[in-house]
Amino acid sequence: MKPVNQRAWLLVLPVVCCVAFSAILPLMTVVNYSVQDIISPERRVFVGTEWFAAVLRDADLHAALWRQLLFSLSVLVVEVPLGILLSLCMPASGWRSSLVLVLVAMSLLIPWNVVGTIWQIFGRTDIGLLGATLTRLGVDYSYAGHAGDAWATVLLMDVWHWTPLVALLCFAGLRAIPDAYYQAARIDGASTFAVFRYIQLPKLRDVLMIAVLLRFMDSFMIYTEPFVLTGGGPGNATTFLSQYLTQKAVGQFDLGPAAAFSLIYFLLILMLCFILYQWMQRVGQDRAVEQHDG
Amino acid sequence: MTLVLQGIEHRVSARTHLYRFDLALRPGAMTVLLGATGAGKTTMLRVMAGLDAPSHGTVWADGINVTGRPVRERDVAMVYQQFINYPSFTVADNIASPLRVQARSHRRGSVGAGMSDADIRARVREIATRLRIEPYLNRLPATLSGGQQQRVALARALAKHAPLTLLDEPLVNLDFKLREALRVELSALFAQDDTTVVYATTDPAEALLLGGDTAVLDDGELLQHGPTADVFRRPNSLRVARAFSDPPMNLLSAQATATHVVLANGDQWRVTSPRDSSPRGMTGTGACTVGIRAGALRLRARDGDVALPGVVALAEITGSETFVHVTTAVGPLVAQLTGVHVLALGARVTLFADPAQIYVFDAAGALCSAPEFAGR
Amino acid sequence: MARIELAVSHAYGANPVRDEDYALRPLELTFEHGGAYALLGPSGCGKTTMLNLMSGLLTPSHGVVRFDGVDVTAQSPQARNVAQVFQFPVVYDTMSVADNLAFPLRNRGVAAALVKQRVGQIAELLDLSDALDRRASNLTADAKQRISLGRGLVREDVSAVLFDEPLTVIDPQLKWQLRRTLKQIHAELKLTLIYVTHDQVEALTFADQIVVMMHGTVVQIGSAAELYERPAHTFVGYFIGSPGMQFVPTVCEEGALVLCGQRIPISGTVLEQQRWPEGSFVLGVRPEYLALVPAYTPGAAHGVVIHRHDVGTYWLLTVRVGTGSVATMLCARVAADIAPPVADADVWLLLVGTHTCVYVNDRLVLPCAPDANGARA
Repeated sequence: MKPVNQRAWLLVLPVVCCVAFSAILPLMTVVNYSVQDIISPERRVFVGTEWFAAVLRDADLHAALWRQLLFSLSVLVVEVPLGILLSLCMPASGWRSSLVLVLVAMSLLIPWNVVGTIWQIFGRTDIGLLGATLTRLGVDYSYAGHAGDAWATVLLMDVWHWTPLVALLCFAGLRAIPDAYYQAARIDGASTFAVFRYIQLPKLRDVLMIAVLLRFMDSFMIYTEPFVLTGGGPGNATTFLSQYLTQKAVGQFDLGPAAAFSLIYFLLILMLCFILYQWMQRVGQDRAVEQHDG
Repeated sequence: MTLVLQGIEHRVSARTHLYRFDLALRPGAMTVLLGATGAGKTTMLRVMAGLDAPSHGTVWADGINVTGRPVRERDVAMVYQQFINYPSFTVADNIASPLRVQARSHRRGSVGAGMSDADIRARVREIATRLRIEPYLNRLPATLSGGQQQRVALARALAKHAPLTLLDEPLVNLDFKLREALRVELSALFAQDDTTVVYATTDPAEALLLGGDTAVLDDGELLQHGPTADVFRRPNSLRVARAFSDPPMNLLSAQATATHVVLANGDQWRVTSPRDSSPRGMTGTGACTVGIRAGALRLRARDGDVALPGVVALAEITGSETFVHVTTAVGPLVAQLTGVHVLALGARVTLFADPAQIYVFDAAGALCSAPEFAGR
Repeated sequence: MARIELAVSHAYGANPVRDEDYALRPLELTFEHGGAYALLGPSGCGKTTMLNLMSGLLTPSHGVVRFDGVDVTAQSPQARNVAQVFQFPVVYDTMSVADNLAFPLRNRGVAAALVKQRVGQIAELLDLSDALDRRASNLTADAKQRISLGRGLVREDVSAVLFDEPLTVIDPQLKWQLRRTLKQIHAELKLTLIYVTHDQVEALTFADQIVVMMHGTVVQIGSAAELYERPAHTFVGYFIGSPGMQFVPTVCEEGALVLCGQRIPISGTVLEQQRWPEGSFVLGVRPEYLALVPAYTPGAAHGVVIHRHDVGTYWLLTVRVGTGSVATMLCARVAADIAPPVADADVWLLLVGTHTCVYVNDRLVLPCAPDANGARA
């Protein structure tokens, strides 16, 4: 007989219940909607995969998807190097370190819709510091009028809001590197760049993986800030996936396609994160395997 | 406490961590679990403590079957190789913590049951004095040195006064001299107590210095169990001899005849038949392994010695002893000499051994002949 | 290679006043080039501080460091051209083993052909040749530490190689081989090697000269045999050997030593002609030299066996000498091939012999004490 203590399941039960109510049940509701055409609360028709097919063929959605991918990639390309650079410049210890930490973390404490509002005002050409200054300098700037300006402003806003998260994660990662590595590098005569390339960057790998995943997921779901700032405009220039979804579900009340789209959106994020995670896990390991074989 | 492990086997998924064994600990004494890293010492301790339930077999504590009973319901103290203390508690609170738990639980039989705060304070002070950490009672563990932190962890285990105390390489992370001092103190402390102690270590020399009983583990198998010096003198197999020797026992492959062993270089040594009956004696002929303890090799010849000329590979000086590694025609040998002997790499030396001091193992690795021991 | 001279003291805090404020109290030391040295002492004795002063990772708060007579106190480790190996392996994870070994050379612009040759040679010495193309991060701890050693040894022109407890992470079974490798490297490459450790085995095995340190001061410099036979300070006697030297308070009165309430006549002993110090002093005897002798042998003390412990290769006897408040416990080491006395047996232990040391105020006075402070390493 194998004495296995079954009571452990009881301890897991509350968590299972919570997850069931918070995630699985709502998800099932969405699945339910996605395969039916709800004509009125009393009348509904089973439509199978029709909504899915329709959503996948939607040209607007394709445009939003590409826009979204471009935005998320831009966010990563700007925020990750900038975050690393920022963390390298932060003082390591003493009161200066505490002060800088607080200052850096400040933007993370601001609610998202407030961030949107701040930038909306900041970018206004009449009273906003940024907008007014640019206008005074003769630049024809308008986030509400030009697609490019809108894009740049949304991106800048995200960078301002979230780069500190990357920086804080990297800062923690850098502090975890034992002093002996830096001493060894000094003795080996390594340049500052070599120290970064061969010690700091490899040691930051795990932390960076978390940072990239977090930033990718978050930016892929971005909604509040562009909604407040540009409302997805001008035209559809800054309409990202979740905004498109909201337009469908709330604006047009197409519940069936919106539900189908939600599921696709969810699976898409899951898949992209999985691919990204797998790829990053392998970064740096590849060479070792090759050299093993060769 | 009498602790008996009967037919114990432990597997985790497909891997066997402990092969089936029986082990009865001598109550009130110390048993050393000796084995290399990964031999199964920690697993065995965890089974004894009740942290792991064995896949098979029964654990008897004082005649009661406690198999599968969780550690919280047993009265066990444990000390680990890392210095584990409550970081936010002072030293005094750390030592008092098991007593406070016992005082609250009112379990019969435990020292802490029904203790008042003043009683607990007095007991903490007494234990701290015994372990020489009394001056630090109001400090936090992080402000102490490694040796002092481990003393606090030991004090916490002792304060509990559990009938079974398990120590998992408690001294391995300490400085050499500190290890030596604390080992002596621990032996003395446990000698006064009637607690049953199990002490896991990778160091054969430590097992010998601790005395008591020794159980030799190798690769998940319990190979031999008995009084420490007896196991050392009469390892019943080649594996035990390898595991329980530091410096390693010198092992030479040879051919056995009815009365002699013939070494690879053609030397013939006469094997004196063992006086007592426990080893099987020289049975038959054929391939065998000759074992010579490093301590049985000398630089000075005595009557009847065999000579083994060679070249010094390294002289390791421990202080009281020198381990001389010598490359010879019959293979690499290590000699354990008393005192400091400075020998240059590559120097020519001749080692001498008394053929009466050799061990012979048969082709299967079982002990056939062991030297007689004058000390009994 | 260089001759390293230290005339320094170091305090981590500002304005040191008392002795305790110093991590390293004022001292003068010289390390000759091509020598193998060990700095030995318990944790917190200042040995790592001294190592970092030599490597330049730390600048002394007072004094100067000279390499071949040139003041290098203000120079960086790179400028001093020293190599250092740390307690825990430091490898560049993303590089191959070969690139790791080549790193210090490439940073100094050494020609590729020479790099290749030198890396090959060091890899051969450290048994890393088969692993040269593998990634350093996937190796075992001891292989990683061999890489760290290799990076320290790869530069031919290095002034000195400093080791900070480099064998801590190595499996006990592999340690002796690495110790041997280090000895061979010293013999072959003729580098100045300085080795910090708290482990007497490491120090005594590795070094020709051992610097024993305690509380930020140097207490003795000498060879393994000198430290063992003639410890200049009671701390050295206690620290070297396991168990260490034992000390018995003694006074000399009218041709006899008085210790533990016993009068021990010294006429007829090897130390008969010795001039003993006035007043009280301390006899230092190692357990290995406490021989069991017939009753009333000159120089022997009477005792009672309290406990005998079978350590396999020898016996450890605990003997009480004297009674009451003056009783002292002595530990004697007896060879395993004789049957030792049982508990409660009367024994006579030879305290006065050629190996006996005499201490006054913890300093060796007899036989002729080497001067610890003025000694040159």
